[in-house]
Amino acid sequence: MSQMSMIQAIRSAHDVMLDKDPSVIAFGQDIGYFGGVFRCTDGLQQKYGEHRVIDAPIAEGGIVATAIGLGINGLRPVVEIQFADYIYPGFDQIVSELARLRYRSSGEFFSPVTIRTPCGGGIRGGQTHSQSPEGIFTHLSGVKTVMVSNPYDAKGLLISAIESDDPIIFFEPKRIYNGPFNGDPDQPAVSWATHPKGEVPDGYYTVPLDKAEIVETGSDLTIVTYGTIVHVAQAAAKKAGVSAEIIDVRTLMPLDVDTIRDSVNKTGRAMVAHEATRFCGYGAELVATIQKECFWHLEAPVSRVTGWDTPYPHAFEWQYFPVQQRLIDGIHKLMEIR
Amino acid sequence: MTKKPKLHIPKAAARPGDTPDFSYLNLSKAGTVERPSIEARAADIEYLALELVRVLDDDHVAQGPWNPQLDKDTLTEALRLMVLTRAYDDRMHRMQRQGKITFYMQALGEEAVSIGQGLVFELEDMMFPAYRNQGLYIMRDTGLVNMMCQCLSNSRDMCKGRQMPVFYQNKKNNMFTISGNLATQFPQAVGWAMGSAIKGEDHIAASWVGDGSTAEADFHYALTFAAVYNAPVVLNVTNNQWAISTFQGTAGGERRPFAARGLGLGIPGIRVDGNDLLAVYAVTRWAADRARSGGGPTLIELVTYRGGAHSTSDDPSRYRPKDEWKAFPLGDPIERLKKHLIKLGHWSEDQQTGLELEMKTTVTEAWKEAISHGTMTEPPFLDVKLMFEDVFAEMPDHLKKQQDKLLKMRGESS
Repeated sequence: MSQMSMIQAIRSAHDVMLDKDPSVIAFGQDIGYFGGVFRCTDGLQQKYGEHRVIDAPIAEGGIVATAIGLGINGLRPVVEIQFADYIYPGFDQIVSELARLRYRSSGEFFSPVTIRTPCGGGIRGGQTHSQSPEGIFTHLSGVKTVMVSNPYDAKGLLISAIESDDPIIFFEPKRIYNGPFNGDPDQPAVSWATHPKGEVPDGYYTVPLDKAEIVETGSDLTIVTYGTIVHVAQAAAKKAGVSAEIIDVRTLMPLDVDTIRDSVNKTGRAMVAHEATRFCGYGAELVATIQKECFWHLEAPVSRVTGWDTPYPHAFEWQYFPVQQRLIDGIHKLMEIR
Repeated sequence: MTKKPKLHIPKAAARPGDTPDFSYLNLSKAGTVERPSIEARAADIEYLALELVRVLDDDHVAQGPWNPQLDKDTLTEALRLMVLTRAYDDRMHRMQRQGKITFYMQALGEEAVSIGQGLVFELEDMMFPAYRNQGLYIMRDTGLVNMMCQCLSNSRDMCKGRQMPVFYQNKKNNMFTISGNLATQFPQAVGWAMGSAIKGEDHIAASWVGDGSTAEADFHYALTFAAVYNAPVVLNVTNNQWAISTFQGTAGGERRPFAARGLGLGIPGIRVDGNDLLAVYAVTRWAADRARSGGGPTLIELVTYRGGAHSTSDDPSRYRPKDEWKAFPLGDPIERLKKHLIKLGHWSEDQQTGLELEMKTTVTEAWKEAISHGTMTEPPFLDVKLMFEDVFAEMPDHLKKQQDKLLKMRGESS
């Protein structure tokens, strides 16, 4: 066991898999010699060679497409798209090719590509370095979508993703790369050093790709969330003085409906929270699922706390972001309904 | 200032009612273009992208340094495969017209592309075809019955009913599944070729796009990545002059040939007479040998003509002269190879008539067998349960639930 940041945990997942499986290839912009702009692949090219950890031209569409080709040829590419905001040139290759290769060829062809990409705001990145586009990918048939919230899960889920024969879109909220964020921007940043999920096994282990995690048990309400907002929700519930059951969805597609259903049936109240925009966001699917599965147990309408339906603004970051206070307000409002 | 920017809208040389005009095509004389060593530097052989490699002359005699010196058996087999492709197309086109299949696309007039190039590649080489490369599927033993069953979406459909007609696959013989999204397979082929080099193998990849889809970003990704990593890949542009109703100038073919697209990246380009099977074979052999021996990618432009409609949903009489194909200066690839074989004393018109009849019979018999496995309207049908399979390696719960729901609605149980 070591104390790791999320960056170190992701690097460790690469290291374990590059060592374990000679077909694993890391591929992306700046990931080789330099080790990635966020350092997630630091030292790996030096260790595994430039045929295993490969710097790519700045062409996301070309990166995804050639990774698909590598995968068809029996390799297991782990692609880094430098920012989720830059994934769109690769979108056609993901939607029309990667996601549907197995289906259209009746299982003859598949390409086990994992696409890692840093997402989310809270780092003063403006509208081109802050987006949370997970809902665009969960809407597809044929890719699995993950968003991680801590170092332990990041390593275990990334190893599962690399080993999976299905294509995986793997979102890493960059705000929590170096430490959890409780949603109060006025407090000093903290590191993963004292967080229990910063304790990460050095070797191989996996976290399953279809299981949510209950990160806090509680009885007053259920908060269903993922990524950075897991930590914001924990802090907000504590401050609001409620006993909240907090679920980290982790794998957004396929969704672990059972865990959510059991929790909301128990608490009778549910809040869905994410950084991404609200309209047709992933939260809408969560709300619909809770409504269908838990209708007769609900004591209040399911509420949502999300980013606003605007592009991500640079100057108004903390007015846009679902900060701690917005979650606290949402919790109070939800608890008031009788 | 009297001079102003003026928007240029490319105009086809001839539209319905006009006399066909192919004066825009730069044609070299057969046998006149030099054949460099496969080790030549791209910068030293730029002429190959601008001139037109031709072997068969107007008298059907093989000329010059690109003559691949193919033996009689290879030439007659190439002729047989082209005639078979045309017979298959003819049958399937008519079956669409009779409502037996929903859609079809012929390769009429461009059969030498698939057959001439396909003869060069090894079975271990990976092909990433476009939708007019049915000749490649035929020659790499996909099986006419299997291909017909795919077009019929019947109980033996290799795609389990998930794809429109003509989107074949044949993994066993390294034929990739066809995508309806244009040019997406081009950079995938480069990735596959990179993988081959990473693994230390000498298998190469090949892919095809049309003149129209060279405008797609994927075409340019493919060239960039192939150049950056020196990928062992043969990239081919089938320039059949028409992308549905837009002529090749609308894709940017007016200023420079498509073969020249790679020159800026240091990728050699070869412009070849796509209806001259000998020339097609020769330039592909050059590119394949170069790739296999570590020389990297080549971009080949095959100049040909789309003899038929874009697809059965298209009516070319609305946008091009009716008799344009007849005026195409590079003729018909089957006629040209036939006349060459006759000239060599290896073939006769009688043998040709016999071959055409034999291929027609082969196709008719295959069709009879194919429809015995069902059609869209006659059983046996595909099991609707298959709709939910192969989305993922293992079916997740939500799909199992949806499958159960559909089966319940249909009064079936899972």
